[in-house]
Amino acid sequence: MRRRKTVVAGMALALSAAFLLVAPFLFKPYGIFILSTWAVMTIAAIGLNLTLGYAGQVSLAQAAFVGIGAYITALLTTKGWPFWPACALAGVACFVTGWALGYPALRLQHHYLAFVTLAFNTLVYLVFRNEEWLTGGIYGISNVPRPSLAGWSMNGAHAFYYFCLAALALVSLATWCLIRSPWGRAFVALRENPMRALSLGVDTRRYTLMAFALGAGLGGISGALYAPLVQFIDPTPFALGLSLNLLLMVVVGGSGYFFGPFLGAIVAVLLPEWLRFAQGYYLMGYAMLVIVLMVFCPTGLLGLADRLVTPAAKAVPAAAREVAA
Amino acid sequence: MSAVLEVRDLRKSFGGIVAVDGVSFDVNQGEILGIIGPNGSGKSTLFNCILGQLRPSAGRVHLDGRAVTGMRPCDLNRLGVSRTFQLLQVFPQLSVRDNLILAGQEHRGSMLSRLVGPRDAGLAPAADKMLAFFRLDHLADELAGGLSYGQQKLLDAAMAFMAGPRLALLDEPAGGVNPTMLTSLRDRLKAINAEQGATFVVIEHNMDFVMALCSRILVLAEGRIIAEGDPAHVRSDAKVIEAYLGH
Repeated sequence: MRRRKTVVAGMALALSAAFLLVAPFLFKPYGIFILSTWAVMTIAAIGLNLTLGYAGQVSLAQAAFVGIGAYITALLTTKGWPFWPACALAGVACFVTGWALGYPALRLQHHYLAFVTLAFNTLVYLVFRNEEWLTGGIYGISNVPRPSLAGWSMNGAHAFYYFCLAALALVSLATWCLIRSPWGRAFVALRENPMRALSLGVDTRRYTLMAFALGAGLGGISGALYAPLVQFIDPTPFALGLSLNLLLMVVVGGSGYFFGPFLGAIVAVLLPEWLRFAQGYYLMGYAMLVIVLMVFCPTGLLGLADRLVTPAAKAVPAAAREVAA
Repeated sequence: MSAVLEVRDLRKSFGGIVAVDGVSFDVNQGEILGIIGPNGSGKSTLFNCILGQLRPSAGRVHLDGRAVTGMRPCDLNRLGVSRTFQLLQVFPQLSVRDNLILAGQEHRGSMLSRLVGPRDAGLAPAADKMLAFFRLDHLADELAGGLSYGQQKLLDAAMAFMAGPRLALLDEPAGGVNPTMLTSLRDRLKAINAEQGATFVVIEHNMDFVMALCSRILVLAEGRIIAEGDPAHVRSDAKVIEAYLGH
């Protein structure tokens, strides 16, 4: 049974990778832009999946971390910094901010934590909007340059798309290694049964904090790519709406599944574009789709796939599949 | 004999209800101490206060002469005190082997070494050895949630011994386990006690199991110790008979 699943998953993975590699030749520039956005948002969703799916903490602040990463990168690269140190700084700054926010906030659980992170997101948004001397306020920061790699410019849409794809691949690999390490085992344990984990020596507070901070750090990396992607940033995209959208990506894709964020980001980033033909009705249709999915399959799209491949009797609503394997 | 664990005047109240009312006792190196008592007599609350899951209202707990009152369970565990819970507590979505590795991984190295080190934290051989000891080796790769109740109960106990504790507090290890497996569990516990010199405190309702396993027994009723002694003595104590047979 496990073998059949591995085969199905392997084929799906190979097909998706092949599609992603040839995709730029099939789409107009706008399509390539949307696909790049998908890759960038997937990175932020992978981060949130660590926080929510693996450590079990609801965060509504992921957009704030994407924003902090984007502003740091935009501010520094428009002042002449190269992209790489700016990107690294964005990731580290968000990791540290996430740690500092999580340290007091993670004493709270569930919806209380959600409220604290919601407030943090609003606070960061207000800083972006009101601190004009730093962020340019509602006029934002324009002409964010795109990076170059060993003298090779990423200015073109194709080049930057592949750049985002490579970044996504790297982040995925690092996250895969993380959840396959003893940390991943501890994450699953503290989500499943924190009291038992604690009695086995797992410092649940520290692990939860690390999951939260790492999730925030990935949000920062995502923002560092977002700024040169759109080349103009203002506060609007980093409002609470994006946090909710990222949460939607993780939950719809399948919270706690490694590939959940990839699928969730397709639903949240690509589907609205495909539904544009329906004009004003698309939001309604989209909302209906998400509601129906959540009612009939609360474990998300990958939970649904899991149920189809695994016979009902043996199906464990596994979030820990990659860890358990 | 020196005391591994000293409990002094431990008290825990929830509002007006006093669940543990001034309990003092010592646990000596290498002994198997049984704690029995009717339902609601405060046994599990006593464990939770000793182990840091609950903060005692008053009193002290010493481990090897060192004050550990109110210490976090994870820190206490890393000092060599492990436990099982009254209700079954394994991680159903981890494999049987991973359950055991988890139980040992926090006891060696740093957080960083667990991030960059090997996936099994170097514990797979030890985990397999422990599984063989508890006769669960044929189930190592199964998800723990797929095991029978009795097998999960054995796994639960095995997890408590994975880190080689000096002191293990077991809360109803025999609850819901069938007679054949019960004998096996008792033999395993006695073997660990003899071979590793581990000290045990066991809460249990199954009298035959307690009498066969423990060298000394405390009887708790309404949050107080009403009797103490070897199994034969406790069995014939008038106060114990009254506490069990009721008013």
